[in-house]
Amino acid sequence: MSRARIPAPLTALAAIGLLLFLLPLVGLVIRAPWNQVGPALIAPETATTLGLSIFCSITATVVALVLGIPLALVLSRTTGTLRGVLRALTTLPMVLPPVVGGVALLLAFGRRGLIGGVLNQAFGIQIPFTTTAAVIAETFVAMPFLVIAVEGGLRALDHRYEEAARALGASSWKVFARVTIPLLRPAIFSGAVLCWARALGEFGATITFAGNLPGRTQTVPLAVYVALETRPEGAIVLSLILLVVSLAILIGLRDRWLGEP
Amino acid sequence: MSCGVSGPSPVTVFAAASLQPPFDKIARQMHVNATFNYAGTQTLTAQLTQGAQADVFASADTAHMKTLQDAGLIAGTPQVFAHNRLEIAVERGNPKGIHALSDLARPGLVVVLADPSVPAGKYAQQALAKANVTVHPASLEPQVTGVLSKIALGEADAGIVYVSDIATSGKVDGLLIPDSQNVIADYPIAALKNAQYKGAASDFIGFVLSPEGQAILKGAGFVGV
Repeated sequence: MSRARIPAPLTALAAIGLLLFLLPLVGLVIRAPWNQVGPALIAPETATTLGLSIFCSITATVVALVLGIPLALVLSRTTGTLRGVLRALTTLPMVLPPVVGGVALLLAFGRRGLIGGVLNQAFGIQIPFTTTAAVIAETFVAMPFLVIAVEGGLRALDHRYEEAARALGASSWKVFARVTIPLLRPAIFSGAVLCWARALGEFGATITFAGNLPGRTQTVPLAVYVALETRPEGAIVLSLILLVVSLAILIGLRDRWLGEP
Repeated sequence: MSCGVSGPSPVTVFAAASLQPPFDKIARQMHVNATFNYAGTQTLTAQLTQGAQADVFASADTAHMKTLQDAGLIAGTPQVFAHNRLEIAVERGNPKGIHALSDLARPGLVVVLADPSVPAGKYAQQALAKANVTVHPASLEPQVTGVLSKIALGEADAGIVYVSDIATSGKVDGLLIPDSQNVIADYPIAALKNAQYKGAASDFIGFVLSPEGQAILKGAGFVGV
């Protein structure tokens, strides 16, 4: 009763936008070879690739939380040119084609890379073609989503709570841990979900930096790409499984994080 | 429609990724207005079965051509226009001293192969089987170019690719694989049934099979027919 009516043209545009999301999903569901879903579900390769995908995307999200929240804090406190430069650097992976990101990661962490060369020479550590590489690739591509969401949350924050805590004698670490972080919970949650979803779907940087080996670096998007050409039905089934798992995790997490305490 | 002398007739060619260097050259030599879609043969096959519009299809193996024939998409009989052989690709100067397929089983060596779903990957498996060598690859790339770039960047020590890839890449060295272990890839070409420019399609195929076209293919490391 109190809500203003949405103008009809906007509703129509919204419907078209929704269809753009929905139709491909409907296509996937309609064309799915349902009789093959059962065998595909219990196939050991499915469990391997799905398990690896979930492990890598969650690890990447945890790394992004550990590094990204402080980064967002720094971003929100800087001003002027420095802020512009830092923000551009942070969001660069969002605009960079992921394949280029993968090449850049090779040039930094590869055997001949800036850091990777030293690691290889001094410790014999080679990052490319390992699960670690897959996690690094996903973090590189997905962390900006978390940083941006958290930085937005920080800027919208009512800083009087932090000031009050400080006035009552809390250390800066305590203010951060006991006041800032709890206030940021919704921003951290939505940023982490975006980050995780992006990490889960990551393809280009992973295949370039980590390669494609079942059980080690072949996440679901890579397996779907390889299967699409030889066993399209298998690729559709794998995509559906990823879709269902993502939905289940998203809905489950939402209740846990944003539900009434 | 195709014999217009006023301007070059357009032709859309779906060709295996390994054909890019010679086909680009052929298009220039023919003065034909060609649009190329270069990708892994298996990708092109998937695109064509899903209804992509093209005039000519050039495949890196006979199996995928047969898939399209069985789907009723090919006009006439495909013709093999080139052969390709496999070589071991190594970094410039061969720093790891690799000489034969058996060296690829050496522990600590980073070997990258094409995925067995790609013709080059399938052939590589066959060659390794003939040589009785078991390799533990670090990665199975969905495109031959992935194998080449990882060796060129120094991230992988060796891989198995086509002779033509090495001839045109210029960034890696090639090591011969003896005939007894090698696999000869057949490249068939055909016009598509729903081709928009049928005349231009047969002109293009004719040129590829002509002595001139064959010379370009040989220059790019292929074996002529």
